[in-house]
Amino acid sequence: MDASNETDLQKSSPRRRGATAEEMSEKQREISVSEFFAKNRHLLGFDNPRKALMTAVKEAVDNALDACEEAGILPHIYVELLQRSETRFKVTVRDNGPGIVRKQIENIFGRLLYGSKFHRLKMSRGQQGIGISAAGMYGLMTTGQPVLIISKTHKKKPAVEVLLKMDTSKNRADVVSETEHPEDDGLFAEGHGTQVSIELEGRYQQGRQSVDEYLDQTAIANPHAHFTFVNPSNETIEFKRGTNEHPPEAKEILPHPKGIELGTLIQMIERTQRQQIGGFLQEEFSRVSPSVSKEICERAGITNRTWIKQIGHKEAEGIYKAIQEVRIMAPPTDCLVPIGTKALLSGLLKEVKAEFFTACTRPADVYRGNPFLIEVGLAFGGELPKDELIRVIRFANRVPLLYQQAACASFKAVLETSWKNYGVSQSRGSLPDGPVVVMVHMASVWVPFTSESKEAIADYDEIRKEMKLALQEVGRKLGIYLRRRQRMRHEGERRSIFERYIGEIAQATEAITGTSAKKIYDSLLRVAQRKTAEADAVLDNEGKRIQDADPFKKDDSVVILPSRVAKIGKGAEDAVDGDGGSKKSSGSSGTLFGEEEASSSEARASATRAPKKR
Amino acid sequence: MAKKSKSTDPALSDATADATATPRANRSIGSQATRDKTLAKILDLGKSVAKSALAETDPFVDVPTRTMSNTSYNETRRLLQMGDATLRRNLFNTGQARKFMQTVLLSKGCKDLLEAKKTLSLRGMYYMSLHSIKGTKEKTFDDQEESDGILEDIEVAIATLRENLHLFAKKRGTMVGNITVVDNGDSIDCRRMGTGGYAIPSICEPSVVQFGKCEAKFVLHVEKDTVWSRFNEDRFWETHNCILTEGSGQPPRGVRRLLYRLNKELGLPIYCLLDCDPWGHYIYSVIKQGSINLAFESERMAIPDAKYLGIRSGDFVRCGLSDDVKISLNDRDIERAKQIAEYPWFVKKKHWQKEIQQMIRNGFKMEVESLITKDISYVTEVYVPERMKAKDWID
Repeated sequence: MDASNETDLQKSSPRRRGATAEEMSEKQREISVSEFFAKNRHLLGFDNPRKALMTAVKEAVDNALDACEEAGILPHIYVELLQRSETRFKVTVRDNGPGIVRKQIENIFGRLLYGSKFHRLKMSRGQQGIGISAAGMYGLMTTGQPVLIISKTHKKKPAVEVLLKMDTSKNRADVVSETEHPEDDGLFAEGHGTQVSIELEGRYQQGRQSVDEYLDQTAIANPHAHFTFVNPSNETIEFKRGTNEHPPEAKEILPHPKGIELGTLIQMIERTQRQQIGGFLQEEFSRVSPSVSKEICERAGITNRTWIKQIGHKEAEGIYKAIQEVRIMAPPTDCLVPIGTKALLSGLLKEVKAEFFTACTRPADVYRGNPFLIEVGLAFGGELPKDELIRVIRFANRVPLLYQQAACASFKAVLETSWKNYGVSQSRGSLPDGPVVVMVHMASVWVPFTSESKEAIADYDEIRKEMKLALQEVGRKLGIYLRRRQRMRHEGERRSIFERYIGEIAQATEAITGTSAKKIYDSLLRVAQRKTAEADAVLDNEGKRIQDADPFKKDDSVVILPSRVAKIGKGAEDAVDGDGGSKKSSGSSGTLFGEEEASSSEARASATRAPKKR
Repeated sequence: MAKKSKSTDPALSDATADATATPRANRSIGSQATRDKTLAKILDLGKSVAKSALAETDPFVDVPTRTMSNTSYNETRRLLQMGDATLRRNLFNTGQARKFMQTVLLSKGCKDLLEAKKTLSLRGMYYMSLHSIKGTKEKTFDDQEESDGILEDIEVAIATLRENLHLFAKKRGTMVGNITVVDNGDSIDCRRMGTGGYAIPSICEPSVVQFGKCEAKFVLHVEKDTVWSRFNEDRFWETHNCILTEGSGQPPRGVRRLLYRLNKELGLPIYCLLDCDPWGHYIYSVIKQGSINLAFESERMAIPDAKYLGIRSGDFVRCGLSDDVKISLNDRDIERAKQIAEYPWFVKKKHWQKEIQQMIRNGFKMEVESLITKDISYVTEVYVPERMKAKDWID
C-alpha cells in the first residue's frame, strides 16, 4: 500500500528524498509467527505479570490433561510455583501422561502453531498449538532462561531431560543441553509422564483470576483429575478426585460442509489427494452421502465425476453456493464428550461449599457446521456469600475461562435469563444477586473464542440459545428448591409458634379447670407435631397432596446437603456446620461417586452421600 | 361452648330491665349469683379447651363476629343487633395461635379477679396477664389495645358483660344538671358540681348508680368537654332545666349506659349537639342505634329516640358564619360520610340523606366551636334555645 500512496503523492507535490522501492525491498522480509507473537504477547494472555503466571500454568496443565485423556490415564497433575525473586517465578508442571518421544520435544515446546489439534476436528482443550510454546517464549524473553523438559515414555526407558531455547526468528527451538536420567529418577511414579519448567516474570496473588482460581475451577470441570499445588509459600493444596470414571475419549470428525468457508474449501480442493469431486466431497466431509454430493454437483453445474483438476475458482464458488442450498444432515454429535451431569455435580460438590447443587447437560446442537453442547451446573446457599452478585464460572472444553467475562456468550446468557422467576433477585441489566455459583461449560470440536488467548466464547445465536435453555432448566430446579426451603422455614416457624404458646395455654387452662397442665401440654404438643406434619404434606406442590415430600427424590441431577442448610427456627440464624472450612490442609474430599477414599473425612463424605443417593 | 343468643340470657335481661327495676346490692363488685354464673361460663370455656387438648384435637373458642356484616338493624326496635355468625378461633392456626393463647390467659385472669371479688380497669387486667412467654422474649401482649380486644371477645364468647367480669374502662365523660344521683351509696347533687362536673363512672349499672331527685326535663349531650364547659359556665342547665352531659368524643359505655337509663328510667328526651362531620354523625348513630363493635350491648345502651340538634350543614348560611370556620372534607371524610348515609338506619331517613348530601356538597365540616365566632355564648344563648324552641332537630 505504501507504493501506491507514493505514486499519488508524486503528482501532487514535489518529492522528498525517500527510499526507493529497491531500498525498501531490502527491509521487507517474512515475519515469523513467533516474532509476531513475541511482540503481541497480550494476544496469547501474557499481558501482565499476574496473568502471565496464570496463563503459563494453564497452558501446561491443559496440555497435560489432554495428553492423559488421549492416553486413557486418570490424570494426576503436580503444579509448583517457586518464587525466585520478587517478580520471578519458576513454574513446574508434571503429569503422569504418556510422555513425549524425544524427537517431538523441540517441536511441541519450541514452535508456535505446531500441534496435533489444529488440523483435526476433535474436542480437546488445546486448539491451535500455541499455548505452551508461547509460555516458554515469554519465559525466555523475560528472564533469559530456557525451558526445561523432562519426559519419560516408559517404565523401562530412561527419562530425557532437554533444555530448550526458542529462536523467535526461525520459529524453532535450539537444544541447549540434553541429558538422560537414570531409569528410576523418582519423578514419575507411574513410569511415564512429562514435566515442564519455565522460569518467567510474574506476580503471584490469590483471589480472582489467580492460579488458585484456575486450578479450583479446573478441578470442578475435571473431577476425574487429581491436582497437587505447591504455592510460593510452600503450602501444599490437594484437589482430590471426585470420580474415578474416565471421561470417554472424544472422537475425531470430518468438517461439516455447512461450516466451511469458501477460502477453506478452495484450499481443501487444492490439497486433496482425490481425483474426482464426488469422492472429495464424500471422503473429506462428514454427512455427505453419494446422493448429497450428486445434488451439490448438479446445482453447481458439474457432476460427481468432474476431475478435481478442472475445478477452478468459479466452480469452487458454485460448489460453495450449492452447499448452502442443499439440505445436509447435521454433523454427528457423538464426537462430543460432555462432563456429564453426574461428574459435574461431583466436581461442584468437592470444590463449592453450597447446600444445593444441580446440573444439566443439553443435547448437542450445531453452530456453523460445528457440533457443540452446553452444560450448566448451579450451586446455591451454604457458605456462599449472600450479599454479592452471583458468580459465573465459565468453561470451554473443560478449561476455565477467567478473563473477559462480559464479552462471553455464557455471561450474556446468564444476564438474559429471568432469575426472578426462580426466586433469585436480579436488577435490570445486571447479574442476579444471591449465594449462587453458576457454571457454564461449552464442549465443541471447535470452540469459537473471541481471541487467541481463549478468554471468551463468541456470541453465536445457537450457542447462546442452548446456554439459556440449560440455565432455565437448572433455574427451575433452584426455584423448586427455594420454594420448598421457604416452606420448610415456614413450617419450622409454625411449629415453634405453636410450641411457644402451648405452655401458656396449659397453665391457664389448669388454673381455670384444674386439669393437669402437664397432661394438657403433652397432648397439645403431640397435636402440634401432627398438625405441622400434616401441613407439610398438604402444602407440597401447589396444594396437591402428595406423599413424597421430596420433589427431587428421583432426580439424579440434584444434590442437597442438609448439613449446610442454615438451621431453621429456634433463632439459630445461619448456623452452618463448620466442617472442612479451609481447603488448605486437606482440600475437600467427599467422593460422591467414586469408590476410593472411603476412609477419609467421614463427615463430609457421609454428608454428600446421605441425601440423594440410595 | 358459648351461648350465642344474647337476648335470652338472664344476666342481660336483668340488666336491661326497665326503669322501675329495683337496684340490687352492689352489683358492680358482683352479686354472688351473677359472679357464680360468670365463673361457670369461664369454667365451661376452660373445660372445652382441656377436653379438646386431652382428646388431641384442635382446641377452639367460638367468638361471635363483631363486624358490620354480622350486625343487623332491627327496624321495629330501632337498634343494631348482633347476628349469629361466629368466628372459630383455633389454637393450631398460625394466624390465631397467639390470640387463642391470649383468650385463655385473660379468661384465667377474669376468673382470678372474680374470685378475689375485686374490680380492675382494663389496663389493670392487661398488666395482670402481662409477662414474657417462657423461654422467649415474646410478651403475652404487645400493648393494652391487644388485651382490650381480647376481653371484648371473651365478653361475647361467653355471653356476659364487661361489668360482670369486674372490669371497667378508663373514666370519661361528665355530667351536671338538675338531678341527684347515688353513686355507690354516696349522694351526689349534680347541681353543685362547680366547673368540673360529675365524672360519669365507667360502670353505671343500677347497682352502682341510682337516681335520686330529678327536676330536669331533658338531657343535652354535647360532643366534648370544651363545649360542655361553655354550657356549664353559662349555667345552661339551670336556665333551661336540663341535664348536661359530654362523652369526650365517642362516648364510652358508662356514658351511653347512663344516657340510656336517664331516657328509659326517667323518661328524659336526649338531644345531641355534635360536630357537623362524619365523626359527629357516627357518634349520634352509636348513641341512637348502638355501635357495630358492641352490637350485643345495644339493647341496654341504644336510645332510638335520641335527637340530633346540630351542628347542621345548613348552619353556615343560617347563622351567617365566616369562611374561617370551614374545615375541608378530605377523601376519607367523604367516603365515610357516604358509608354512613348507606347505613340501614339512615338510608330511609330523608332528613339525614339531605343533611349528609349537603355536607358533601358544601365540601367542608364544622365544629360546634365554630359558633363561638359569632359570640362567645351564641351557642348557649341563641343557637340551642332557638333550635329547641322550633323543635328543629333531625331524628
